[in-house]
Amino acid sequence: MQLIPCPWCGPREEAEFHYGGQAHVAYPEDPGALTDQEWARFVFFRDNPCGPFAERWSHSAGCRRWFNAVRDTRTYELLSVYRVGEPRPDASERDEVVS
Amino acid sequence: MTADTSVRTSPLAAWTDRLAALAPALDVAERPFLTQLTVRARDAVAVARMGEALGVAFPADPCTSTRGGGPFGDVEVLWMGPDEFLVVAGPDRRALVEDALRAAVRPARGAVVDTSAQRTTLALSGPHARDVLAHGCAIDLHPSAAPTGTCVQTLLARAGVVLRVDDAECDAFTLLVRSSFAEYLAAWLCDASVEYRAALS
Ligand SMILES: [Zn+2]
Repeated sequence: MQLIPCPWCGPREEAEFHYGGQAHVAYPEDPGALTDQEWARFVFFRDNPCGPFAERWSHSAGCRRWFNAVRDTRTYELLSVYRVGEPRPDASERDEVVS
Repeated sequence: MTADTSVRTSPLAAWTDRLAALAPALDVAERPFLTQLTVRARDAVAVARMGEALGVAFPADPCTSTRGGGPFGDVEVLWMGPDEFLVVAGPDRRALVEDALRAAVRPARGAVVDTSAQRTTLALSGPHARDVLAHGCAIDLHPSAAPTGTCVQTLLARAGVVLRVDDAECDAFTLLVRSSFAEYLAAWLCDASVEYRAALS
């Protein structure tokens, strides 16, 4: 089973984690000003890159904290993990690579 | 029909004999009714104050725990998250410990919540304790990887547990499992121990 490195607990089995979709999707500053179309775009539309993708994950069976991870959608390789509030690491700097 | 609610029954009260029968390969016994308090606090000074109140410093590192004696007897503090701890004390200490923690956390913001009924506790030891746990848990429990005091939240046989290493050299562990999962886990422990009982007889 693939190990995912929780930024708090270290490498754990993938079964302990829940997937939370794309990371860094900012909540609209003025939700009331959005048209239905813009609101639908915020709620339902996500990137679908072929390659590195910043995602939210939750260590639901462990420390129950949300964190972010950059995952290569082609290989499933986790390129880096970082805590909520920390900036997204530069894709060229591959730190903490565990797979 | 009325139920007599004055008598407490622990989640594994009916399993005492079946768990005891796993010896000598595995010594398992429930430690029922332990006081368990979930503490949430971010403020490092308040966390240190709570440690002083209990006589046990709160664990600083993820996936570790501390243990010690103080005014409330033996107390364990388990790391549950970056701002979350589980304080485990003897049965019937709840009110005293809860008051002491609430007084210590102020004036910082925090929460002390009684979660004693949420989980029950199993003490595990014996020559095959680590082997049996390895049947259903991917955590490396070798003493070199999991020294005394290691405390992880993980899955054991797909059930969520808190697993603490009480004594790495003696293979002594504590399992905290949700009350509703306790009988399932007890049944799984009995099943996973079968091959070691045969080997010893
Ligand atoms: Zn974690």
